[in-house]
Amino acid sequence: MLLHEFQAKKLIKGFGITCPMGQVAASPTEAQDAAERLGCRRYAVKGQLLISNRMQHEAIRYASSPREVAEHARKLIGMSFKVANGRLPDQTIHQVLVEEFVESTHELYASVALDRALGKVVLLASGLGGSGIEERAAEEPGLIHRSALRLEGNHATGAFSEIATEVAPEPDLAIALAEIYRNMAAALVANDATLVDLNPLVVTSDRQLVAVDAKITIDDNALFRRPELAALRLENERLERDRNELEAQRYQINFLSLDGDIGVAVNGAGLALATHDLIVDCGGSPSNFMDIRTTATSLDIAHGFEMLLKNPRTKAILVNVHGGGMQRCDTIAEGLGIAVRRRGRKMPIVIRMAGNNADFARTVLTNNGVKFIETDTMLQAAQRVVELSKKETAQWQS
Amino acid sequence: MAILISPETKVLCQGMTGRAATFHCGRMQSYGTKLVAGVTPGKGGQRHLDLPVFNTVVEAVEDTGADASLVFVPPSNAASAIIDAIEAELSLVVCVTERVPVLDMVRVRQALEGASTVLIGPNSQGLLAPGIAQLGVMSTVDAKPGRIGIASRSASLTSEIVAQTTEAGLGQSTTVGVGGDPVHGISLAGCVERFIDDPQTDGIIVVGEIGGFEEEEVAKLVGRVRPSKPVVALVTGRHAPPERRMGHAGALATVGSGSAQAKIDALEDAGVIIAPHAGSIGETMRAALN
Repeated sequence: MLLHEFQAKKLIKGFGITCPMGQVAASPTEAQDAAERLGCRRYAVKGQLLISNRMQHEAIRYASSPREVAEHARKLIGMSFKVANGRLPDQTIHQVLVEEFVESTHELYASVALDRALGKVVLLASGLGGSGIEERAAEEPGLIHRSALRLEGNHATGAFSEIATEVAPEPDLAIALAEIYRNMAAALVANDATLVDLNPLVVTSDRQLVAVDAKITIDDNALFRRPELAALRLENERLERDRNELEAQRYQINFLSLDGDIGVAVNGAGLALATHDLIVDCGGSPSNFMDIRTTATSLDIAHGFEMLLKNPRTKAILVNVHGGGMQRCDTIAEGLGIAVRRRGRKMPIVIRMAGNNADFARTVLTNNGVKFIETDTMLQAAQRVVELSKKETAQWQS
Repeated sequence: MAILISPETKVLCQGMTGRAATFHCGRMQSYGTKLVAGVTPGKGGQRHLDLPVFNTVVEAVEDTGADASLVFVPPSNAASAIIDAIEAELSLVVCVTERVPVLDMVRVRQALEGASTVLIGPNSQGLLAPGIAQLGVMSTVDAKPGRIGIASRSASLTSEIVAQTTEAGLGQSTTVGVGGDPVHGISLAGCVERFIDDPQTDGIIVVGEIGGFEEEEVAKLVGRVRPSKPVVALVTGRHAPPERRMGHAGALATVGSGSAQAKIDALEDAGVIIAPHAGSIGETMRAALN
């Protein structure tokens, strides 16, 4: 889970990292009030969005008076953004962070992150910061110092001072910087984060270090022991995530909404990815990604199928199941049977089933009155469902 | 013969007294796995599935001579259970638990440094050596002793490919699920290396997906060693939308790395045969062996 900037800043302040004075606001009036309370010469008005290039999208604006802050807030709140070529759900600004504008002499970059290839937490630091540092570093790897950390109890140890000295040759800055690196690592460990990223971390004219932007990613698998963060997630998701995706999680199903017209249900993440590839290769376009987890019951699975059946874009459904040691074909067939009976909507259903209890599953489907087209192989199933998705749906209504 | 396990391997199960563990341990026993003990703190002295239960891994090892463990412990305690097994110097640990916090796995990797233990998982279906032993939760109905080694990031695709290789008349020497999490034990390349050295394995199948760098490691290994046995690979997620998590936590293509196409290109350059789709892997391997 990604935290919003204001949430991330609140969290790192608790670890002794200085951020600009600021306040979050959900309306232009609130934003103006916040600015008046702050009483600064210049303000930053920052749309709270979970995307990385807010500057380019003009989601960050500057103002010289509380009235101007309110104007920017009026334009920003409610603004929607298409991200990742429109394949992610649109994101909307619901809140702005009104902050004191910090005058700086230069910008630094500091990040503590999980490096999955190493299986370690690493510190990434540079004497250059600001937007585009990642891209510049890709061309010039020497720009970013990189050092692996070691987790010990509830903190992390590493070459914080050595890296700080490389980044900032001035001793007073280096000491302060090392402390920030250490605190970032502590914040990461204490919150089960996989990323704590300060960019830019600026040096002010009076040689203070201030985190002007902060990004934090929390490991979803650790939320069971971080109840305060689990609560934040509920709050963020209510505003941002696709409702179907959230609903599916409750029913032990990993679900993503996509913009195609073929409903897809598969057991297992790998087989689901492979099925998705196969459908696209055959010229089709899935309306979703669905991985039925091994812990899903037939009632859970019925909810999953109902999401496909009630989606007006769905023209045909492909069920690709390989019954394994934990999820058997008949459980999935039962789920499909329940969903079809509940929804009563008719559309072509192509089924390819193999493995544990495949024969029994066919009987279950027939007993439930589910009409289905069965194919022997995955490829045939994909070809057939793509073909059917391109036909007029009217043929199937009778 | 198989990799990582032999007919003599004695296995204990951490968390054996739980409901799901009881079910799967029973299946493993009937498959012929030498299960010798269970470990559940606080239940030492009891008997379960007709086996002794111990409070600690060390006690179980002293009493039974177990040299491998299957970890069936909930996410909150899975990492400490794995570390117990590493400290007891077991040669093989398989963890099937899903949703283990990733920083816990970083600590496990620290514990593995300098240790002799091989860890499989977490979030893995485990290891199956048909006719020899089952250490995990996979289906065994389609498995058949044979000469194909399978290393996979996906449990469901492993079931599929086991069925395909059996159908193609090849069978399997060993199947290993490395697990779907971003930080885990043995890598795909670690498995491939062992399959290359295994005289009982004639062909190797690698199942990869978007995210991470493990397929690139396999490409480097195969490019360097140039094994005489065919290596066939499938990399899924070619059409997965970027920056969205589909299924496995590990299956997220992050900017600039881990795209399925980059992996396919690297593997092809190294001489790995790319299966055109998930339904054709058995046939691709049969053709490669002829």
